Formats: sequence, C-alpha cells, structure tokens
Amino acid sequence: MTDGVRAADRPPAGPAAGPPPARPGTLDRPPGRARALRAFAGHRLGLLGLGLIVALTAACFLGPLVYHTDQIHANLQLTNLPPGPGRPLGTDSNGYDILGRLLVGGQSTLEIGFAVAVLATALGVAWGAISGYTGGLADAVMMRVVDIALAIPAIFLLIYLASVLRPTIALLILVLSLLSWLGPARLVRGEALTLRTREFVEAVTVMGGRRLRVVARHLIPNTFGVIVVSATFQVADAIILLATLSFLGFGLPPPAATWGGMLSQGTTYLLDGYWWEVYPAGFAIMLTVIAFNLAGEALAASLDARQRAR
Amino acid sequence: MTGYILRRIGQAVIVVLGVTVVTFILEHIIPGSLPRAILGSRASGAEIAAFNRANGLDRPLAEQYAAFLGRLARGNLGYSYRLNQSVDSLVLHQLPNDIALVGTALALALLIAIPLGIAQAARRGRSIDHLATTATFALYSMPSYWLAILLIAGLSVGLHAFPAEAPQAAGVGGMLADPRALVLPVLTLTLVNIALFSRYMRAAAIATLAEDYVRVARAKGLPARLVLSRHVLRNSLISVTTLVGLSFPAVLTSGLIVEYVFNVPGVGLTYYNAAVNADYPVELGITVLVGLATVLGNLLADLAYAALDPRIRYD
Repeated sequence: MTDGVRAADRPPAGPAAGPPPARPGTLDRPPGRARALRAFAGHRLGLLGLGLIVALTAACFLGPLVYHTDQIHANLQLTNLPPGPGRPLGTDSNGYDILGRLLVGGQSTLEIGFAVAVLATALGVAWGAISGYTGGLADAVMMRVVDIALAIPAIFLLIYLASVLRPTIALLILVLSLLSWLGPARLVRGEALTLRTREFVEAVTVMGGRRLRVVARHLIPNTFGVIVVSATFQVADAIILLATLSFLGFGLPPPAATWGGMLSQGTTYLLDGYWWEVYPAGFAIMLTVIAFNLAGEALAASLDARQRAR
Repeated sequence: MTGYILRRIGQAVIVVLGVTVVTFILEHIIPGSLPRAILGSRASGAEIAAFNRANGLDRPLAEQYAAFLGRLARGNLGYSYRLNQSVDSLVLHQLPNDIALVGTALALALLIAIPLGIAQAARRGRSIDHLATTATFALYSMPSYWLAILLIAGLSVGLHAFPAEAPQAAGVGGMLADPRALVLPVLTLTLVNIALFSRYMRAAAIATLAEDYVRVARAKGLPARLVLSRHVLRNSLISVTTLVGLSFPAVLTSGLIVEYVFNVPGVGLTYYNAAVNADYPVELGITVLVGLATVLGNLLADLAYAALDPRIRYD
C-alpha cells in the first residue's frame, strides 16, 4: 500500500479540479481522465493488481484448453495423491486434479464476480442518482428501502435463500446483485446531492433539459470515478461472499467446482497433512481478492474518488 | 437536538418494520409452502388444511402479517418444529455465548486498532506505517474462515498450542472455564476486526492531525505524546463510535463464520444448523433478531455521535 499512501498526498487531479463548462448536448466529461490514467499507470501496486486480474482470468479461461482434466467424474483410484509428475498440485478426496479444479472453479468465481459488479453497480447508480436528484419524499422513501435491505447482513439472507432454493450461477448472480447494489446507491446519491446544485446542471434544467436527461447525461457521467472504484471493490466483495457461501456448503451444488467448496473439503484432511488440498484454494481466493482491492485502491487514488465503496 | 433524536428514532422504527416485512416475505417464498416443509411431503391435504387453520395460515396475508407483528412484539420469535422448542428460548440460551465471544474480540480489537491507527498516522509514510498497512490490507482481503484455517493449521495442528474447537460446556461459565480453547476463535475474530477498524482509525487520525487545534497544541509546546493522547485520540474516538455501530453486520457475519469453523455453541451456529436442516422458523426468527441488532447499532452510533461531539447541531 506504499504507493496508495503517497498518491493520496497529491492534490486532486480528477473531477474535483473544477466544474466542467456546461455545453448542452455534449457529455460533461470530467477533465483529467487522461491524467487519471497516467496516475494509475504510475501506481505500481495498482498495476500489480491489474496484472494479477488479467493473469488469473487468462489462466482460468484459457488454461483448461491446454491442461485437460476431468472435473465431472470422480476417480477413487486417484484420491488424495500428493503433487507429482502430471499432477502439479495433487488430487483431492474425489480424485479430481486440484490444479484443473482451481482453474474451472475460477471461471465461475470470476464470471459471478464480474457479473455481480456490473449488475449491482448499474442498479445502485440508477437508484442513487434518481434518489439524490429528485430529493424530497421520493429520496426519503428510496433511501429507507436501502436502509431496510442493509439491515439484514447479506450472508444470513444468502444462507436462507440457498436453503430454500437450489443455487445456480444465474440465481447466485441475481441474488448477490440484489444484495450488493446498496453501497453504490448510497455513494452515488451523495454525489448526486452535491452535483444537482452545480451550475452546469442548473443550466441544463433552465434550457429545458428533461430530468431523465439530466440524470443520464450529466449526473451519472460526473460520478464516473466513484462508480469505477466502487465496481472494482464490488468484484472483491462478491467473490468473498460467494466463496463464503460455498465454504459453508450453500454454493453451487456438486459436481460444480468452487474455491470455497474445495477449501471446505480440504479442511477435513488438515489433520492428515494433505496440505495440497487446503492451501491452493485458500490462496486462490485471497490472491483474487487482493488483486481487485489493489486495483480499486489505485483507481481511487488516481481518480481521486476518496469515498470508499463499503 | 430532541427533534433530531425523534426523527432518527422514527426512521429506525420504519426500518425495523421493513425488516419484518422482508422476513414475512421470506417465509412465504418457501416452495411448496411452510406446512409442507414442516409436515413433510407425505402429509395429506386434510392435515395441511388443519395445520393452516391452527396457525392462521388460511387467513388473508395482511391479517397474517398483523398476527406475525403482534407475535414479535410480545417477544415470540417463532417455534422450531424440528427441535420442538421455541426460537426465543433457543436464542436466549445461546446469546450470552455470542456476547462473550464477540464482545471480547471487539474489545481486544479496539484496544489494538485504536493505538495502531494513531501510531500509523503519527508516523505516516515511514516503515512502521507501511508494515501495518500491508498487514491489515492482507487481513482485510482474507475471508475470516481462511484466517481461521491458517491459525488452526499453525497453532493447533502444527504446534499443538491450542485446541481447534471452542469449549463445548454449557453457558458462559462453561466457556470461560476452558480459556485455552477460546484462544483461537477469539484470536480470529480479533484479527478480522482489527483489519476492519485500523484502516478507518488511521484515516480518522490523519484527518484529525491536519486540524487547526492540533497545530495550536503543538505550537504552544505540548509534548507530542500529549497532543496524540489529549487531542488526536479523543477526537478520533468519535468516529470509532460510529464505526463500531455501523460494523454490526460485518461483526455478526464473521461471528457466524467463526462459530461454524470452531463449533462455538452460539446463535450463528444455530442459524447454520437450521439452514442445513431446513428449520425455517429458526432461520426467520434469527434473521429478525439480527436485523434488529443492526438497526439498533446504527441508531446508537448516530445518537452517540450527536451526543459526543458538541460541534454537531442538527436543528
């Protein structure tokens, strides 16, 4: 985090540098986006995070094309084998190759993580922008809805829903998104509250711009920094929630490979010394979360979106 | 001030009502209905009708909700047909264990995170700050069960220093009678909470250090130690109060996971077991309780914030 600290000392270089001139019909692009990009490029830990994300994604989606393993049929002749030739990370108690299983499990993890971040951010941004811009009673009602949804910790709701319904990838994406849009909604509402009093927004209103246009073309693009940072942290949070759910046994049902499930299963053999069944999955979860958190911190520093997404 | 307090309490009441509505909806999305889930798939139509009549499930939804609310208001959280026990007696039995476990971890975490955050802010950008920031960042990116597994692997399986299971004796007294077995669950929760708090504490202390009154205190020659303890610590404590109130959901979540990993006989583990056994009344009762705790935590945090900082005016 050394670089994050130093970057925070720099004077704001992003949207805070001053209101953009109001030109009706054009996107109010915050100034200094190129500068923000350069700031990110100079951020070593952020680049490390980004590199890790690209490497993990490439490995999980391209790796299985080269490294063929059977992750559907258990093979009881190959159970609990330590790492050796042909099986770099050994096999688990069902005889699945652990490296192959990590890669396949990573696919669903990343798919769900990215999809949840996109869906939750889209919903949260729309909700927050409308709530903050409209104000008054609508704002109060919309924010109470957010409060209510925030009052029940996500993991309790997830466990309940998983005990009632049978989880699939689509259902997990939907439910995780419905639980994750609250943070972005609050953040964007706060931004919208300050933006709606700014001259360029008033100018659009005076010139007869409709409310939807103000929200979609002026408010939301100006919260770009906050949105991108929040979305990055959303991926990390969704992956942790997903892995927790799988670890507790409420994730995708077998034979689907999940990192949380692998960790949970491997823990059973902790006393037997089968370390290769425990550590790879745990480190995979941690590494992925660290990668997104690093990228998020660096983005926050370079876009000067100081508000944290949690 | 009174106006603010009343308004804030009004908001909390609305949110609590919202939580009960959500729980009521959750109860009604059970596929094949609640009586099927309780009486089993072989129950006849007449038996289900009788169950519905006995429990008021044949009434209109609005009436059912009113009855549900009335039940909750009387402290009745529901009845577990699987355990043949009321949910409130179940919870009351175990809540002290949770409070002891989570409370100890929370207190320890604050005792470490507050001085740590201030020390980091005071030595900002030096190696101790980098070291602490890296450590808390790693902890923050770690799911709590992964941390728990690492601690079990190192301290229990590896060094045989502490048992991997929490004390199983009944009651808080029973738990405290075996302090060695409490070390790992408390340690895990403490580390998770330190990661949660110290980053905020560092940011709060950095913000406080930039204030004019700190500059004045330094200018008049107050020793650095006193500046930190009298001015920075006190003012940063205000944001910590809010933080603790707002972190209820996170604390309850890690509590559930730690109880699962270390087999702590608490409400979180009961929730997990209820989910495994499809014991819906227990799940729903605990969900209401958890929601209430969160709302109460937020409310107290806001009120404490207003009371502690005389500069805050809400009128």
